[in-house]
Amino acid sequence: MNFAVLQFPASNCDQDAIHAIRLLGHSARYVWHKENSLGDADAVIVPGGFSYGDYLRCGAIARFSPVMQAVKQFADNGGLVLGVCNGFQVLTEAGLLPGALVRNRDLQFHCEHIFLKTVTPDSPFSNKIPAGKILRVPIAHGEGCYFADEETLAKLKAGNQILWQYCDVDGNLTDKSNPNGSLQNIAGICNERRNVAGLMPHPERACELALGSDDGKWIFESLFAALKNRTVTVAA
Amino acid sequence: MKAKIIITPKKAVVDPQGKTVQVALEQMGHQGIKAVHVGKYLEIELDGTDREAARKKLDEAAHRFLSNPVIEDYKLEIE
Repeated sequence: MNFAVLQFPASNCDQDAIHAIRLLGHSARYVWHKENSLGDADAVIVPGGFSYGDYLRCGAIARFSPVMQAVKQFADNGGLVLGVCNGFQVLTEAGLLPGALVRNRDLQFHCEHIFLKTVTPDSPFSNKIPAGKILRVPIAHGEGCYFADEETLAKLKAGNQILWQYCDVDGNLTDKSNPNGSLQNIAGICNERRNVAGLMPHPERACELALGSDDGKWIFESLFAALKNRTVTVAA
Repeated sequence: MKAKIIITPKKAVVDPQGKTVQVALEQMGHQGIKAVHVGKYLEIELDGTDREAARKKLDEAAHRFLSNPVIEDYKLEIE
C-alpha cells in the first residue's frame, strides 16, 4: 500500500509516520503542503507537530493549505485519512471530523505513555486490534482535550464513532487515566462515514519494541487490512 | 478603518487558563471575582471607508477562520 504523509511547516512526526509504515512493509512518501494533488495514494496520514507554529489555533492555518483541499476531495471520495495529534487538530479545524481540541485541563504539555481502550473494531482504523487489547502508546501534546457540544457527543456515541478512550492499565475509564480532560476520555474518533479518523496519541511512535511499545502497529495493521479489502480505487 | 475582533471561549468549554488567572488574582488579594475568561484580541487595519462592506467580509472571516465556532464566540467592531 502507498501512503501519502503530509508535510506542513513545523510538522515533526512526518518522518516517524514514514518510518513506521515502511517498517511495517508498506510504502510511504511525503506530500508538501503546497501541493494541489496527493498523487497516487491509497491512504493519507496527517502527521503530528506544530503546523504553522500553532498560530491562531492548532491546525487553523493548515486547513487552508492547498494540500488540504486535495485531502478533503480524497476524503469526500471515500479515501482513508488518519490524523495524528496535530493532524487530528487539523482535521477538526477542516470540518472533516466533529468537535475540537482545546488546552489540556492542567495547562501542562503531556509527554508520556498512556493506555488506550478501543471502543469498536468496526472501522478501517481499528479492525485488526485484538479484542480486549489495551494499547500502550505515547502522547505529546498541550492541546488535546477533546470537546464537542452535547448534541455532537450524542451523535458520536449513537454512530459508534468514538474509536479510542484513555483508560488505566486494566481498561477502566477513570478520570486519573485521562491525561488532558477530554470529554468522556475520548482519545480518537472517526467521521460518520468511517473513512476519516483522528487521535491524539501517536501510534507511529509505538511500532517497534525498541521504542518501548509496538502496540501502535495494530492501528496501521487495521489500515493495511482495510485497504486490502477495498476494491474501489480512490483518486484525488 | 480599523477592525477589532475579540474572541472568547464559549461558556460550555472548560477554560483552564481563565481559572488559573482567577486563582492567581485571588491569591494576590483581589476579591469578588466571579470568573475570568482568557481569549484573543485581533486588530486589523483596513483600506477604504465602506464600513458595512468591511463588516460583512470580516464577519465571514471571523466565523470561518479567525474563530472556531465549536469552542469560541467573537465580537467584531469597526471604527
